[in-house]
Amino acid sequence: MKLVRSLLVPFLARPIALAGLLLLLIVLLGAIFAPWIAPFDPDSMDPIIRLSPPGGAHWFGTDQYGRDTLSRVIYASRMALLVGVGVVVFALITGVPIGVLSALFPRLGQVLMRLVDVLMAFPSLLLALGLIVILGPSVANSILAVGFGFLTTTTRIVYGLTLRIRSETYVEAARSMGSRTLWLITKHVLPNLISPLLVQASFIFAFAQLAAASLDFLGLGAPPAIPSWGNMLAESRQFITRAPWLLFFPGMMIVLTAFALNIVGDSLRDRLDPRFREMLRGEA
Amino acid sequence: MSFFVLKRVTAMLLTLFFASIIIFGFIHVIPGDPIYVMLGDTATPEQAEKVRHSLGLDQPIIVQYLQWARRALTGDLGRSIFYQAPVLEAIADGAETSILLASITMVWVLLIGVPIGMIAAMRHGSWLDQTLSGAAMLLASVPTFWVGLYFILIFAAWLGWLPSSGYPSIFDEGGIANLRYLLLPSLTLAAPNAALILRLTRASMLDVSREDFVRTARAKGIRPWRVTTRHIFRNALLAVVSAFGFTFAALLSEAVVTETVFALPGIGRLVVQSILNRDYPVIQGIVLVVVVIYLVVNLIVDISYGLLDPRVEMQ
Amino acid sequence: MLNVSDLTVSIGPDAAPVDLVSGVSFAIAPGEILGLVGESGCGKSMTSLAAMGLLPRPGPRIRSGRISLAGADVTQLEPWRRVEGGHGAMAMIFQEPMTSLNPVRRIGDQITEAVLVREKVSAAAAAGRARELLELVRIPDAALQLAAFPHQLSGGMRQRVMIAIALACRPTVLIADEPTTALDVTVQFQILGLLRELCNKLNMAILFITHDMGVIAQLADRVAVMYAGRIVETAPAKELFGRPAHPYTRSLMACMPIRGTGTGKLRTIPGRAPRPGSIKIGCAFAPRCPDARDICHQAAPPRQEIMTGHNALCAFPVSDGRPL
Repeated sequence: MKLVRSLLVPFLARPIALAGLLLLLIVLLGAIFAPWIAPFDPDSMDPIIRLSPPGGAHWFGTDQYGRDTLSRVIYASRMALLVGVGVVVFALITGVPIGVLSALFPRLGQVLMRLVDVLMAFPSLLLALGLIVILGPSVANSILAVGFGFLTTTTRIVYGLTLRIRSETYVEAARSMGSRTLWLITKHVLPNLISPLLVQASFIFAFAQLAAASLDFLGLGAPPAIPSWGNMLAESRQFITRAPWLLFFPGMMIVLTAFALNIVGDSLRDRLDPRFREMLRGEA
Repeated sequence: MSFFVLKRVTAMLLTLFFASIIIFGFIHVIPGDPIYVMLGDTATPEQAEKVRHSLGLDQPIIVQYLQWARRALTGDLGRSIFYQAPVLEAIADGAETSILLASITMVWVLLIGVPIGMIAAMRHGSWLDQTLSGAAMLLASVPTFWVGLYFILIFAAWLGWLPSSGYPSIFDEGGIANLRYLLLPSLTLAAPNAALILRLTRASMLDVSREDFVRTARAKGIRPWRVTTRHIFRNALLAVVSAFGFTFAALLSEAVVTETVFALPGIGRLVVQSILNRDYPVIQGIVLVVVVIYLVVNLIVDISYGLLDPRVEMQ
Repeated sequence: MLNVSDLTVSIGPDAAPVDLVSGVSFAIAPGEILGLVGESGCGKSMTSLAAMGLLPRPGPRIRSGRISLAGADVTQLEPWRRVEGGHGAMAMIFQEPMTSLNPVRRIGDQITEAVLVREKVSAAAAAGRARELLELVRIPDAALQLAAFPHQLSGGMRQRVMIAIALACRPTVLIADEPTTALDVTVQFQILGLLRELCNKLNMAILFITHDMGVIAQLADRVAVMYAGRIVETAPAKELFGRPAHPYTRSLMACMPIRGTGTGKLRTIPGRAPRPGSIKIGCAFAPRCPDARDICHQAAPPRQEIMTGHNALCAFPVSDGRPL
């Protein structure tokens, strides 16, 4: 509870940060309650009203099949959240153990961090594309492919943070008193990792959004039948001159979500212990 | 200093060695028989055998790796199945576009990111700083292809000022003026990266300006502008230099999307098309080339950092 | 030379300012070392930064008072404006010689830069002067060290370089803010000796700030004791150590370990110094004062003169071991 309250403080003090948090909340609620909020069935087609501009019953207009853009945008937020949360979870459940163990057991760490260095020699989207080639395009695989790129950065950050925490005197003291490694991790290391990782998670979420949208746009992400913001942009691309508004709303949703996440991450970081702050510059 | 360079070069070669194993292994972890995946199910066993032999896939794996590595070192990256030409040739065809795009983009990134980041830091806390920092964060949150599509709509379709797609070589008809084809793509690609460099420049200027030696400089009676340029900016630039490698990687990644949007005949679009064509030797070759370029850029960044920061030599 | 009168430094909004330094006055003559002593957080560093025109911005500001340098009012002037105005030169050295030098520029560079601020001479002449300055602060192989980077020098050497930089502007006033705190005891000794020597040789006025009574005893001609943003006692050094009048000064001295006695016990002053702005009425030291009476908690203490040049901000100062 104390943690929650201390995390809320930076938002209450800064209007723009509060706006970011609210925006995320709206996207979250929209995703959860999509069937009740969306005015139309996102998949129902109506050729008569195809490519109609915003206004009337269709606030955001309709696409080339006459589907309601607003409804599709709302349903697509589910995809965005799924991918974002999926990538964050993947990055954390792989990066945290590898990073913590590497820092606590230097010999193991040398091997693992060397491996991380090698993986970091691949630009992230290229790594993702390679994995997609191996695994084939699907929602789960784009989560995996994008997540893989953040495995390395998360591991590095956790490694650095843990080394720092470990070298602090109180952990040294705990070590010298002969406490067990598991206890050391749960009692000293993990609690100290929570806030910096929360910051990291919001940046990963933001960048994962953008990366997944890129994959969708290239036709290598979620199957075209699934409404996602990236897919919507890819499909509407050829109609840009006839219906320029068609690309506006899904694109704007990507921007706003990523922007909100970046603001939230930034505000959380400002509250961080200054020793950890320099490690989290927001490059994810 | 030479010891430092030697150490870095060794580390880089080691990383390249391990990376090459991953890149080599790539073809072997593709599910199914890669030969049939490449050729399609209609291929006859004779055709398949021929391709298998030409790829050397009928030999022990370590032999295969060594042969592949030896050929790669001599510039032979195999043959493209789709283009029926050496992979290196296909890559070389796209190189001009990609190299020019990356260079022009990097110029934008530094030209926009560093000075504006510096201004924001100098006006720390003012409305100007807040506006610039906010705009930078917004820009970093924008998908490049979305911006690119609207750029095409506005500047090519509506205003007709610039070409919407493609890129004829500067060595062809039109000469250097053909660079106008790269104006929109490079600006598109520069936007999010300039935003990151802007934020980094600003943050490290603020960090440095809180250092004790800046107070020493002010105590000497040096004018504020000179304190900013000679002491704060110079030291803050170190952080920007070390981020150059990271920015370059981000740029290589996003170039794949940008080249697709603007239909540029570069390496990025080649990789996407090769994925759709299942032209695995080309994908493999491109990944290898890009990793080598990226590692070399990082090596150069590391060494120049060592030259700029006298403390590095000690480590 | 340096004259600070009724200086008040505050932080926070104008409507409800919190005073970090209140009504501080002192003057230093050429060739004199004034020691400013007090616990950390008592406002002594803030006083020195204000005097130097280096208060961090945004942050604390000078709310009232006057700082004059050889008669010229420099209260609100940053160092570069003082240079521009042609006011007497003032320089400062800091506590952390490790971080006070720019890590990526050569020592020689950093000294010549300071030389060129005040003297429009050629680069070669400035470099020559930088070498002279390094010799002046007793750095061996001065010519060689000009090309060194800060991290290649020891802490003591770096503080000598800092002093050389300070001397580059031919200062009439030097502020030394805990310059020896971060150094080993033997190195500390050498630096203190160097400062005394330079003070006499160059006829500078030195404001020496420290929390260490031992250092004060060794170096200062006159001493000002600070507590909770105010100077509570001023006296010539001999007089102060011989006849401390303020109970706080006496407590500080009781805390000094006396060499050779070896009783092994370090005394401390009970309680903690008040936070800025927390004391509204009465004497700031009253809660910790062994001799406090009711009046001390209720009314601000008067400044009482013990003898010429020796005064204390106390209702019941002690003189010759007897109440005044």
